[in-house]
Amino acid sequence: MSALLEVSGLCKHFGGLRAVDSVAFTMAEGEILGLIGPNGAGKSTVFNLINGVIRPSEGRVRFAGTEITGWAPYDVVRLGLARTHQIVRPLGDMTVLENCTVGACFGRESLGLAAARRVADEVLELVGLRDRRDVLASSLTIAGKKRLEVARALSARPRLVLFDEVLAGLNPTEVGRMIAVFRAIRDQGIAILMIEHLMQAVMSLSDRVVVLNFGRKLAEGRPEVVASDPVVVEAYLGDPDIAARLAEE
Amino acid sequence: MEMIRQPFFWIMTAVIALFALLPPLTHDVGLRESLFLAAVYIILAGNLNLLIGYTGYVNFGNIVFFGLGGYLGLWLVTVFRLPLVVAALLAGLAVAAMTAALWCRILRLRGAYFALASIGIAEATKAFVSNFEPWGGATGLYLPMGAFKAMGGPREALWTVYFLMVAVMAATLYLSYAVKKSKFGLGLFAIREDEEAAGVLGVRTPYYKTLACTLSGVLPAVAGTLFFFKNGVIQPEQAFDLTLSTEAIVMLMLGGQGTVTGAALGAFLYEQFRGYLLISPTFSSFQLVIAGALLLVTVLFMPGGLMGWVYQRWPRLRRILE
Repeated sequence: MSALLEVSGLCKHFGGLRAVDSVAFTMAEGEILGLIGPNGAGKSTVFNLINGVIRPSEGRVRFAGTEITGWAPYDVVRLGLARTHQIVRPLGDMTVLENCTVGACFGRESLGLAAARRVADEVLELVGLRDRRDVLASSLTIAGKKRLEVARALSARPRLVLFDEVLAGLNPTEVGRMIAVFRAIRDQGIAILMIEHLMQAVMSLSDRVVVLNFGRKLAEGRPEVVASDPVVVEAYLGDPDIAARLAEE
Repeated sequence: MEMIRQPFFWIMTAVIALFALLPPLTHDVGLRESLFLAAVYIILAGNLNLLIGYTGYVNFGNIVFFGLGGYLGLWLVTVFRLPLVVAALLAGLAVAAMTAALWCRILRLRGAYFALASIGIAEATKAFVSNFEPWGGATGLYLPMGAFKAMGGPREALWTVYFLMVAVMAATLYLSYAVKKSKFGLGLFAIREDEEAAGVLGVRTPYYKTLACTLSGVLPAVAGTLFFFKNGVIQPEQAFDLTLSTEAIVMLMLGGQGTVTGAALGAFLYEQFRGYLLISPTFSSFQLVIAGALLLVTVLFMPGGLMGWVYQRWPRLRRILE
């Protein structure tokens, strides 16, 4: 079986800065892949390159057997690849339901208004926003807006969603609820690629983890293996042997 | 046809019926002239609403649609001897084609940059038409003496043009409402709120913007033909009057952008108010100053316009008065 998502040799240069440098990985149908790395490692840029918000300088992205390199975001989502934003972008002057209806109307299934509203309602139920459906999106709390991001992405009925730090800024109770939502999404057979700083969540949810540092792929593998990889530990915490070496000098 | 079951559909229909029936029943020519201008304003503000209120793109050059429509229509009537209705519809289509081809270029600009470019288009069009000999250059186009005869004489012609204008106004109201309730409208609202987010959600933003802009030009162009046919003459200064362009924005802000009722109500009230100011001996010379002050007060204290205030006061009306 061919991979659902196939990223190869992905590069993005901003002037002299190599924000993303020859990144390659693949994802299978229904898989949860964690994308981690220190701040500024290029994780969000990788997301933007995959869904077409910015064009890659080099490299290719294939999704569900179609080459989507350089496609516009609205064409990518129609193929079944949806995403959330790290900094929430609610359609503020529209209701929560309308926000999700937009996602369903213009998503993979291009639904009509009535059918889109039904899908939106289902998704709001799943993320626990059903009772807030008629309030304006701008009046939600930050946790509510994060959930709305998730709901909107799911309304597109995607095969793969990119979650950009959905858990950041949530309190422990909210994190627990969101993790339950993630599990429910996976049970529907939707693949998840997530950027997350909350290690406990990444480790417990991900089937595999890719580590980025300075735009390059540093490591890849099962979460527990990657977590104990000395190269990864160094990227996050600095060189563990440096104290010993300093002491020797 | 779910629309027909909504109360708002019947409210619009009642208003249109009042426009169509009041003047002929009362035989009041003064009332007809006042409502004629109100209808023109409602057409301008209502169609502008598609782009400003729904899509979030402030178009200062909206008068181009009206002026070009007038020129094309009058040209078709005088040179090709086409019936008025045919000429007006052809003018609408031609303006739509030109809008789709030209405006999609500047729709890439956002915010103030788009607004500035739209003024540029208006001025450039005016300069072009002023020097375009087939359309009479700076002296403009004049309707031949016998033009009204085909419609049974000047008096009948004026009534016919009035009813046609009311029909265009009706089309404007129904179109605004239909767009607002459609999937297309939902996409436009998403663009207004956050264009990048709309794109990520799957709205084909470049096409939607171009379509909204094109659609907002058709009916003003038809109205332009009717207006200048009644006028008997069209000249660049009147056809591409930037003041009227700005006034249309004032009407929209006053009534409440994004709402069908607001656009129509703002236009109607502005016309009444303007009529009063022009007649009043004290205010007649600074009508525009008052319009400016009105806009300032609206933006500062009532950013949602009249309808915004009404919705806030009576939230249940939001579902009835769209």
